[in-house]
Amino acid sequence: MATETLQKSTTQQDAWEGGDKKPFEASYGKIMMWYFLLSDAFTFAGFLIAYAALRFSVPSWPVPDFVFSTTPFGGHHLPLIFVTFMSFVLIISSATMVRAVQEGHRENKNGVVFWMFLTIIGGAAFLGCQAWEWNNLINVEHMTLHTNPFGTHEEAGTYMEGDGVDIKEGDSFTAGEPYLIHNVDGHYHQLKYKTVDGEVKQQAFGPKTFGALFFFITGFHGFHVLSGVVFLIIIAVNSFSGLYEKRKNGYEMVEKIGLYWHFVDLVWVFVFLAFYLL
Amino acid sequence: MTELTSNATEEKLVQELGYDDHFHEHHDGDKFQSNFITTYVFSLDHKVIARQFLITGIFWAFIAGLMSLVFRLQLGFPEEDMAWLRPFLGKWVTLSEEGVGAISPEFYYAMVTMHGTILVFFVLTAGLSGTFSNLLIPLQLGARDMASPLLNMLSYWFFFLGGLIMFLSLFLSTGPFSGGWTAYPPLSILPQASSGSGAGMTMWSLSLVMFVVSVLLGGINYISTILNLRTKGMTLWRMPLTIWTFFITAIVGLLSFPVLASAVFLVFFDRSLGTSFFLNEINIGGEALAQSGGSPILFQHLFWFLGHPEVYIIILPAMGMVSEVLSVNSRKPIFGYKAMVFSVVAIAFLSFIVWAHHMFMSGVNPFISNFFVVFTLIIAVPSAVKVFNWIATLYKGNVRLNAASMFSIGFVSMFISGGLTGIFLGNSAIDIQMHDTYFVVAHFHIVMGVAAFFGMFAGIYHWYPKMFGRHMNKLLGNIHFWGTMISAYAVFWPMHYLGIAGVPRRYYSFDVFQTFDHFDDMNKFITIAAFAVFLFQLVFVLNFFYSIWFGKKQTKKNPYGATTLEWTTPIEAIHGNWPGKIPTVQRWAYDYSKDGTDYLPQHLPKQDFESDEVH
Repeated sequence: MATETLQKSTTQQDAWEGGDKKPFEASYGKIMMWYFLLSDAFTFAGFLIAYAALRFSVPSWPVPDFVFSTTPFGGHHLPLIFVTFMSFVLIISSATMVRAVQEGHRENKNGVVFWMFLTIIGGAAFLGCQAWEWNNLINVEHMTLHTNPFGTHEEAGTYMEGDGVDIKEGDSFTAGEPYLIHNVDGHYHQLKYKTVDGEVKQQAFGPKTFGALFFFITGFHGFHVLSGVVFLIIIAVNSFSGLYEKRKNGYEMVEKIGLYWHFVDLVWVFVFLAFYLL
Repeated sequence: MTELTSNATEEKLVQELGYDDHFHEHHDGDKFQSNFITTYVFSLDHKVIARQFLITGIFWAFIAGLMSLVFRLQLGFPEEDMAWLRPFLGKWVTLSEEGVGAISPEFYYAMVTMHGTILVFFVLTAGLSGTFSNLLIPLQLGARDMASPLLNMLSYWFFFLGGLIMFLSLFLSTGPFSGGWTAYPPLSILPQASSGSGAGMTMWSLSLVMFVVSVLLGGINYISTILNLRTKGMTLWRMPLTIWTFFITAIVGLLSFPVLASAVFLVFFDRSLGTSFFLNEINIGGEALAQSGGSPILFQHLFWFLGHPEVYIIILPAMGMVSEVLSVNSRKPIFGYKAMVFSVVAIAFLSFIVWAHHMFMSGVNPFISNFFVVFTLIIAVPSAVKVFNWIATLYKGNVRLNAASMFSIGFVSMFISGGLTGIFLGNSAIDIQMHDTYFVVAHFHIVMGVAAFFGMFAGIYHWYPKMFGRHMNKLLGNIHFWGTMISAYAVFWPMHYLGIAGVPRRYYSFDVFQTFDHFDDMNKFITIAAFAVFLFQLVFVLNFFYSIWFGKKQTKKNPYGATTLEWTTPIEAIHGNWPGKIPTVQRWAYDYSKDGTDYLPQHLPKQDFESDEVH
């Protein structure tokens, strides 16, 4: 046991000796990717900290279960179902990426190409889902970068008019209940309601920064996924052409794009947490 | 002991102990550097890229220096007729009805802003760390080139592109950005705020995004080269301190510049897409701005998360080079090698948790300020360790006085003077009085402006033979040092008194403040001293360019008797750095005056007469 530890520590020391030795058995290309990802993590951290700062500077924030409750093909009142699906697709694409890297280690060209192809499908599907979600928010629910129709009641009351969709005249609500200000023919209809004290008020718009942050941060992440898909395609084509078979370091390029892809997935976990769960 | 370090012994050492990476078998005929374009313009060679960074940096330093003269003229001689500047500055010098010219306030602010931005980013980040990281990392580590020469080249060209955009913005009819190098919103977001906040700010932010890309490409290259491409025997604890500081600097840059990018992206959105990340409850001309709900303080946090580490990105490489130059020129090992490394690491770590000391007066919670005060003051500890080590290195050394070593000693002097005032400013209670006065201007110019420049000059004078195969003129070097040392102190020393008296920085003129009337002469003096500083830099520029072609030729491979590997490469620089095998490293980088020898180079194996290594 003691000798084993000793041997291990000597090899570890040798790794820092220079020459052909590599610390952590990582090539310089992989080290570059790791450090790039570290810096990119700080970019995202900057955005998420901005999100936190702006969110906690306002008294209320739209309720995610209410905002993200629509699905394609006419699904309503299905909180977070669609986004769960698209997150699942992205996570699965990470699993297929792992398989591609594994096949790369085995120097199995067809395996690499097959599993990378599935990863590309996964990434593209995620982007498609995001496109649908954005389209729904922008064109159907009329949330923009500077107008947020998703509000939250701060006190209990009774509606004095209906919106023709979910809310009927005379419906009552409690504090903390979310609502959407519908936009018909280019005009937002802020419904009138009576508070418990008998005061007549109008639905107020939600915090402006919600839409801006949502589109900015998910957009920035989506851009990462898009560039990831582009690089995956390039590397899949290169693998297919047999380029990496000739290389001294084999399919290392697949491994590097794999690191990037897992990172993009990991970031999504945090974005998901911020916008959909908290 | 001379035979130990003669050329013949050296060749033999490399032949016998060298490390054969079969480099030249793969790179026959040097197809990468076959014509002018691939050799000097889009070069992949780290030594050429280093010189590109340096010469671009000198160009920018010249421009930014001229800018400071323009606003110093205004501050020193606000009532003089400036009509003579009209041929150069055009409409920015306004004429009164009697024909008396004055520098327009918009232009004054634009000059101050550009002076700061250009010097901080283009000169002291790219020009300093870009130049010397590129030049020295492969040479001192025993590597053929950077890990990725392509990304290295792109790093320079992104820097060039960012510089080009900034340069073009100087010629906009509305002027370049004028809201301060810190670009605080709402000034940087609302075009109504000032004429420079329109197209000028758009180009400023675009330029900075390009610059961030350049820093990241450079940074990942420096780090991976240092981690993976060291020659055989070059363990981390045998690396010269220059390499250590470039390494830590690259890491700091890699973690802080992306946050600046985040902030600039958000500013982009606020400016052009109607979001309100940084805008809240603003009235323009009596009308409320529709953009509301954001936080201008948030920008300051994001900005200073870069902004503070940035000052260490500037000063750390200078520290590394000064350590090396002082050790070589006092013929003594650097005092406290490991303490130097640990203090660099400590400074780098602390630099990330002190940013809000720039914001004591921005309305942050005073309780939070306490936290930042404590960590700010703790930075004084590793800084002091370094200062003591430099002085101890000089102590009883066989000091050679030349331009490089004098600039290094000047660096230590500046770092002490500027560092001490930092202790005042880091204290939130005192900062309430000093904030935004000339005391701050004096502090940061001495500690990160002049000091970093001194480090850079030390590096240029010292490694000039490695860059151009010639030496710079000694007499001109001496004139440059003494002139700069005296006139730079003459500029910034009096500013402390202005600041203590409460004279605010960034003001165009003080004619409405009778309290400050008696400082008129002092301001005149500072302006004249500033012109003197500029004049002495012209001596340097002349010396630099003259010596490239007409300087004294380098005759010895190792002109200073230095231990490090860059002096084992041929005088006539070649692609791949070493003609045959790469020397292997047998010892640390600071075996000066050991056991009766003058120096023992790093690739020399342990000799029989030597005592054991202890450091």
